[in-house]
Amino acid sequence: MSKPLAPTGLNMNEPLLWEMDKPGRTAFSMPRHDVPSAPLHDDLAGDGPDFPDLNEMGVIRHYTRLSQWNFGVDTGMYPLGSCTMKYNPKINEKVSRLKGFAALHPMLPALMTQGALRLMAELERFLAEITAMDAVSLQPAAGAQGELAGMLLIHAYLKSLGVKRSKIIIPDTAHGTNPASAALCGYRPVRVTSGEKGILTPHAVSEVMDEDTAGIMITNPNTLGLFEENIKEIARIVHGKGGQVYCDGANMNAVMGMVHMGNSGVDVLHLNLHKTFSAPHGGGGPGAGPVCVANHLAPFLPVPRIVVKDGVYHLSEAFPQSVGRLHSFLGNFGVMIKAYAYILSMGAEGLKKASQLAVLNANYLKEKLKTVLHLPYDRPCMHECVFSDKFQRDQKITTLDMAKRLMDFGFHPPTIYFPLVVDGAIMIEPTETESLEEIDRFVEAFRIVTREASESPDLLRGSPKRCRVARLDETLAARRPCLMG
Amino acid sequence: MRYLPHTREDIAVMLQAVGLESMDALFSAIPDDCGRRDIPDLPEPLTEWELDEHMAALSGNGAVTGHHDNPHMVFLGAGRYEHFIPETISYLLGRSEFTTAYTPYQPEMSQGTLQAIYEYQTLTARLLGLDAANASLYDGASALAEALLMATRITRKKKVALSGLVHPHYRQVVQTYLRPSGIEIVDLPYLSNGTTDTSALGAMEDLAGVAVQSPNFWGCIEGLAEIGDMCEKSGTLFITVFTEPLAYALFKNPGDQGAHIACGEGQSLGIPRWFGGPGLGMFACRSQYMRNMPGRLVGQTEDKQGRRGFVLTLATREQHIRREKATSNICTNSSLCALMAAMYMASLGGTGIRELARLNYDKAAYLKGALQRAGFRIPFESPCFNEFVVEFPPGFKATYDRLLRRNIVAGLPLDPWYPELKHHYLLCVTETRTRSHMDAFVEEVTS
Repeated sequence: MSKPLAPTGLNMNEPLLWEMDKPGRTAFSMPRHDVPSAPLHDDLAGDGPDFPDLNEMGVIRHYTRLSQWNFGVDTGMYPLGSCTMKYNPKINEKVSRLKGFAALHPMLPALMTQGALRLMAELERFLAEITAMDAVSLQPAAGAQGELAGMLLIHAYLKSLGVKRSKIIIPDTAHGTNPASAALCGYRPVRVTSGEKGILTPHAVSEVMDEDTAGIMITNPNTLGLFEENIKEIARIVHGKGGQVYCDGANMNAVMGMVHMGNSGVDVLHLNLHKTFSAPHGGGGPGAGPVCVANHLAPFLPVPRIVVKDGVYHLSEAFPQSVGRLHSFLGNFGVMIKAYAYILSMGAEGLKKASQLAVLNANYLKEKLKTVLHLPYDRPCMHECVFSDKFQRDQKITTLDMAKRLMDFGFHPPTIYFPLVVDGAIMIEPTETESLEEIDRFVEAFRIVTREASESPDLLRGSPKRCRVARLDETLAARRPCLMG
Repeated sequence: MRYLPHTREDIAVMLQAVGLESMDALFSAIPDDCGRRDIPDLPEPLTEWELDEHMAALSGNGAVTGHHDNPHMVFLGAGRYEHFIPETISYLLGRSEFTTAYTPYQPEMSQGTLQAIYEYQTLTARLLGLDAANASLYDGASALAEALLMATRITRKKKVALSGLVHPHYRQVVQTYLRPSGIEIVDLPYLSNGTTDTSALGAMEDLAGVAVQSPNFWGCIEGLAEIGDMCEKSGTLFITVFTEPLAYALFKNPGDQGAHIACGEGQSLGIPRWFGGPGLGMFACRSQYMRNMPGRLVGQTEDKQGRRGFVLTLATREQHIRREKATSNICTNSSLCALMAAMYMASLGGTGIRELARLNYDKAAYLKGALQRAGFRIPFESPCFNEFVVEFPPGFKATYDRLLRRNIVAGLPLDPWYPELKHHYLLCVTETRTRSHMDAFVEEVTS
């Protein structure tokens, strides 16, 4: 590579918080004690927690240094497949912290929170428009809770028809959380394998769909980055036996404004506001996982729901068929603000353009890398593409080795060993916010890594070399768990 | 559009590289009958400056304390608490290496998040008096639902008892999570002193877990140690729930009183209220149940050169490996809020958190005393932390509404959840209320 991205760096050591404890220090401006001390019974009083005392600059340096050991989208390309690590706009961060939002109590009378309720009502409508579904609940706190909401909706809907079913169909290309979400509703997952083209065939679904099956959980586009072309026919088969179609919309970034989810037979769909709609992932959350439904499932949506009466927004629990409440309050409002701001900034054409460019970037990257990496499904992809380490196995180099070596070039590795249908999977999602130059740099780095795999494989096995730490011993961590200091 | 880097020339080059004529050709896999010809009906895109103005207007009508254009005095707690948040926390959150990272699946590039969450787990376990805490769950309500599910997994029993003084929303969420699995939920009634009546517990068989909130929904401190003893004898898991963890800086913590699991909401620890979310699901347990815990765990380990480092660990409990047999379906959690809580706990320190908790306790006692002297009844005699119930006279609704018009929110009416408690209001006072605020409030309700 002509100019390496990460040639050198000052990297400060930083101890654990309690290794810096000096009792008597503080980093908090204690409010005045302007009231008398009230009596407190000895039986109730505790010792208080063993927290370290630090001063304000100590806290600032601690977290500033820790942050420098981290890599985010703002640092560089972060092409984790199925995670949609796109740019997180800064104006959205600012508006999410406006005092009138950030300090707002959720149990205030509705008249005192009209702005926030209006934002939520409009975001519900925007998401319904973007997906072409009929009704939306913003309550689920993340994708997996959205999946659970979807399963609960199907469970409640079937129950209202007097139907009890015990199974759910989950393809091998679905997201990893799907089976666990279904199990919470008492559904036993029935696995179907995708066909030769990497997508589900109507035949495979019709073989397992029966009258004890509640429906199907299908990820579309799927985790191979392929559009489930037979979705409509599959939906017809599932509906024909009285089942419902749940679509995992974590990969919605590929098809905003391109697909009519309602017409394709989907009954319920969840979205990830922290993926498709640009809210940052925060190193693991918080997210937001709204569910979008067709009309017949709307009465079952979680409560409270936002209703408008005489131009005034209210929260209502008067939906007797509802699955109930999923969140302590109304869901992750702070995340909703960012998604709302993103949609308002992009507009309908902008969102469609984003999807087009996300798909263009993935296809371009796929073409550029397929000569050096094995591509199990050589077809036009959507927003992500999946390779494997098959070409490198002769040198006994694995996907993990290549992923770790990529770090030395200043890139976050792709998602690895997922989806499970591809042995040694390398799942790359560049997103639309990466430029042609950046993708070219990533391609160049990956090509060098594959060359090194044959010429100097030990270099890969000993990587990463430029990170703060060398490869970490995950087996040791699991064998002798040390979860607190 | 400033978020999209592609020039017309870039697009041409890339299309040529993939051998396609147009952008539309990229979507040839989408069948016609699934495709979309119409354009979603969304507003015209806004510039950054128009957006800024629009959002300022939308947020402008929110009734919050200290808002320049629209200042309010809000005596509401009930699961979301108004505490001062040091500027250092919002400043540090501007470190986008934290904010814009994904779940730390690649530890060598995520040591910042991983060490910070390891520290969060440690401080959480110390605050709650237990052996191990997870990396966070969504919020207090789902944390309780997860704890009850965990109890049923450990004990293989399908019945749980839930105090009627657990936050009503939490009880609703528990219903939502547990109903489809056919787990029976027994509600425990309350005593006249404002705490849970646990007398029926002794006679209950086959109980997987008992969940009691302290301070409870009415702000009263529960006699946790006695419930802990009872559970120890019957082999039932004792789950302590909380919405205000700051209380454990003053009162005995759950672990010391026999809790097997402690879980609840951590919003109080440096996280804005944000109209109810995101919050922070805190979750800790005794070490023997560690492998049954839901959610992610960060553990300490070493790199190839023997240097200390941190990784996500015990992943075999989790959904992406164990699939339908996982301890939970949770994946994305509330990591950034856990980071905020860790920063807040580190800022306060052991000395500061005791002092702050004491201040909350004293302020609530001050307002409670002043209202009592003004002739209002305090129906529940049990000690409280920073919130308490007041019984106002019949007809108080008119006063409440008059105060609303004067930008004062005189607590939360309790009768929607407890119809027998007419004219009862739950009031919360934290360190953010000065003595003169409280004096002015007492004057307003009595005038």
